[in-house]
Amino acid sequence: MRARFTFSGQVPISAVLFLTACNQVGPDSHPMPGADAGRGREIVRATGCASCHVIPGIRWPKGRVGPSLEGFAGQALLPGGHVNSPENLTGFVRDAPAFAPDGGMPPMPLSDAEARDVAAFLYTLEPR
Amino acid sequence: MAVGWPPPVLDPAGPYAAGITALAWALAVMAVIVTLFVMFTIGVALLGRPAAKKWWGGERLIWLGGVATPAGVLTGLLVWSLALTADLTHAPRGDEQVIRVTGEMWWWRVAYLDAEGAEFLHDANEIHIAAGRPVLLELTSSDVIHSFWVPRLGGKVDMIPGRTNYLRLIADRPGVYKGQCAEYCGGPHALMGLVVVAHPPEELDALLEARSRPPAGPVSEEARLGAQVFDRSGCGACHTVRGTSARGLAGPDLTWVGARRTLGAGILPNNRGTLAGWVANSQDIKPQNRMPPYAQLSGQELRAISAYLETLE
Repeated sequence: MRARFTFSGQVPISAVLFLTACNQVGPDSHPMPGADAGRGREIVRATGCASCHVIPGIRWPKGRVGPSLEGFAGQALLPGGHVNSPENLTGFVRDAPAFAPDGGMPPMPLSDAEARDVAAFLYTLEPR
Repeated sequence: MAVGWPPPVLDPAGPYAAGITALAWALAVMAVIVTLFVMFTIGVALLGRPAAKKWWGGERLIWLGGVATPAGVLTGLLVWSLALTADLTHAPRGDEQVIRVTGEMWWWRVAYLDAEGAEFLHDANEIHIAAGRPVLLELTSSDVIHSFWVPRLGGKVDMIPGRTNYLRLIADRPGVYKGQCAEYCGGPHALMGLVVVAHPPEELDALLEARSRPPAGPVSEEARLGAQVFDRSGCGACHTVRGTSARGLAGPDLTWVGARRTLGAGILPNNRGTLAGWVANSQDIKPQNRMPPYAQLSGQELRAISAYLETLE
């Protein structure tokens, strides 16, 4: 295990930087001034979002009721066919039924500021 | 994961837990002293000058360090710990709030007892007490051996099928105190948590009074639909919601599920999202628990059930 990590840790650092610039994914493509992805991660943890979603960095639970959020920053559309923009995502995580009336995700108890932090966190989930 | 779970162990919030914490620290300090002394004598034996070896070696050290000191120290600790546990597990004295808690695989059945010893209110996975007022728990189990442990409030006592053990708790201040099953009971034992909520005394009386009546029915359209889905899906075969046809006893009483701090026995925050996720597939969250996945529910039905359960508060 250790040997593998050492090996893969050296090569791709420059490659990742290059890809980020090239593909326009990640925080650069979804600017969210004033939002805090670190705080968003704690909100995601404390709210129990992982009850339904596999979320990178959260070891338990790993719910499969809804889609996995691995690589979410690269996802083009939100459920209901809405563009994956910071505005739409901030609205979606608070009130999913307004965007996807047939989906299973209920409205979540988040303030607007908390929803922005959560959205900022979700945009840190880069595709691999 | 619910915030504050698993609970801190050496942070007492009441007199019973404080006594245990003091004993734990005394044992730890004693262990450090003994270890240092043994290391020192080994060092002398290996590296000491002949005179030092002669002084530290021999029968005197055996009698003093090997017999007299352990006998004295261990007797003292034995008396201390026996007196402590006798006080923790004392039978009823008559002035305490009595709550019967039954261990189930893998949750806690809770019943509040009146002065005559009759159960007047059923709940699950959450225990409401008054700050400063002594609580006597009647602990038993319906299947295998579990162990009741709320580290900040009191001791750890096994819950044994066919037997009632007593445990006394006091919370000095209002607050939320997490607990954990402390005896391996199979499957998701590690995910068998609970919550003790200590209220100001007058608030507790009002709360228990209010919860002794059935809750108001669902008010919103979505919650009404959820109640129908709940009924139609057969949830009432295992769960009770007082005032409805749901009278099952196999799983936790859901009459006040919307008011609980946590879901899944102390392990998840309780909100509409976790409620929906639990109903749809609790097996991903708490593997082997006895509730099957309800994957046949549509998104709207799932949301409606979560709306209904959230109104049960």
